[in-house]
Amino acid sequence: MKTTLKVNGTDHVLDVEPRRVLADVLRDDLGLTGTHLGCEHGVCGACSILMDGEPIRSCLVLAVQADGRSLRTVEGLTGPDGEPHPLQRAFSAEHALQCGFCTPGFLMVAAGAMDADPDLADHPEAMDHVVGSNICRCTGYGPIRRAVERAAQERRTA
Amino acid sequence: MKPAPFDYAVPRTVAEAVAALGDTRRKAQVVAGGQSLILEMHLERVRPELVVDINRIPELDGMRVEGDELRVGALVRHAAFEPPDAVPGPLGTLLAQAVVNIAHPPIRSRGTMAGSYGWAHPASEWCAIGVALDATVELAGPDGARSVAARDYFLGPFRTARLPQELITAVRLPLLGENTGVGFIEHRRTHFCFAQVAVGTTLTVDDGVISDVRIALVNSADRPLRARAAEDALRGSELGALPAGPRVRDEHPFARAGRIAAEHDAAPLPEPFADVDHKRRIIAVLVARTLLQAANDRRARLAARQGDHR
Repeated sequence: MKTTLKVNGTDHVLDVEPRRVLADVLRDDLGLTGTHLGCEHGVCGACSILMDGEPIRSCLVLAVQADGRSLRTVEGLTGPDGEPHPLQRAFSAEHALQCGFCTPGFLMVAAGAMDADPDLADHPEAMDHVVGSNICRCTGYGPIRRAVERAAQERRTA
Repeated sequence: MKPAPFDYAVPRTVAEAVAALGDTRRKAQVVAGGQSLILEMHLERVRPELVVDINRIPELDGMRVEGDELRVGALVRHAAFEPPDAVPGPLGTLLAQAVVNIAHPPIRSRGTMAGSYGWAHPASEWCAIGVALDATVELAGPDGARSVAARDYFLGPFRTARLPQELITAVRLPLLGENTGVGFIEHRRTHFCFAQVAVGTTLTVDDGVISDVRIALVNSADRPLRARAAEDALRGSELGALPAGPRVRDEHPFARAGRIAAEHDAAPLPEPFADVDHKRRIIAVLVARTLLQAANDRRARLAARQGDHR
């Protein structure tokens, strides 16, 4: 089925079997392997990306459902000059990753939450939801939470 | 595993969707948010031959107040209920309290309330609330539209009164009056688990007497449940003084209602880490606590309103 995916600002016209989930098409057809697949159950959140600005599990959305939608993956976080996103700098500064498998998912859920709520750092319950969205099995959630708070504060004062 | 092959239809109107579902020789599934369906398709426990994607039907989107009801279109996502003022009055508070128990933001941005009714999981928060509040499910089929009361709609785990060629177009929930308080508490093992048990209650008090009470039991039977025996034990009785702290003493009417709900209303099924006795204990405790929560919520609402009038 002919499907147009707008990924990180670039249109890709693809012929996609309806049975294929978005994460597989991003990774295998477009080579965007920054989106990770962990559980493929919608639980772990490693595959989280933004669709029309909202966080989604790309393992629980069919690629054909994303036809014409605007998608943002971890590859689209860096600025045009290759400058890391404030979240990426904060994750590094706060040691919010060890193995890094879950990191793209956390970055995208946090990026969506920061865009939706500029005062995210002041809303501890919203922060709970962001950090509680995905699973990290090595760092623990404290550093991830601090990193998201740092990036959100930095973004607001910038 | 990956989903098995299927045909995919993207109707633009309800009529087109119903037409696509009309061919009952093929096993069809409607997908809205797909957060349960696509997972089950991954596991190939569900293998539809046709998937009808209703996400591009504009007439199914949006919720609005119609008379004394809230009409929730089939494409309204869980996340729409998170702002406390998204729905007016105590109903909005109850839905906002319940919704944060449904998975996480990336699931709530896709999954829909009507989809929960279609899926009919016994652990669905929305379905139990609908049964307790007397919600109505709107269905569109080849013979036109019909409405089914939520109490007649759920037939068992994942089984409903919806015919295969029918589409859920909306769920209607009655609004709650300002003299009603609400409560919702969920008990589960981890943030990533379904509810072992959850309870939602509404408590309406007029002149110190409980004039109406609704108790929704989540995952307490093979289908969403309303604890009618427990409600009957409370309806018409004096509210009386409320316990000061979070604990409800055993002899308090709320605790008694909790025991009635656990022993007479609920018919829990055993699950790993939650056998029947354990679930009954949780039900008894959560019913009492949510009733107290609802009573306190009502008191806070009254105080806020009196503050407004000063």
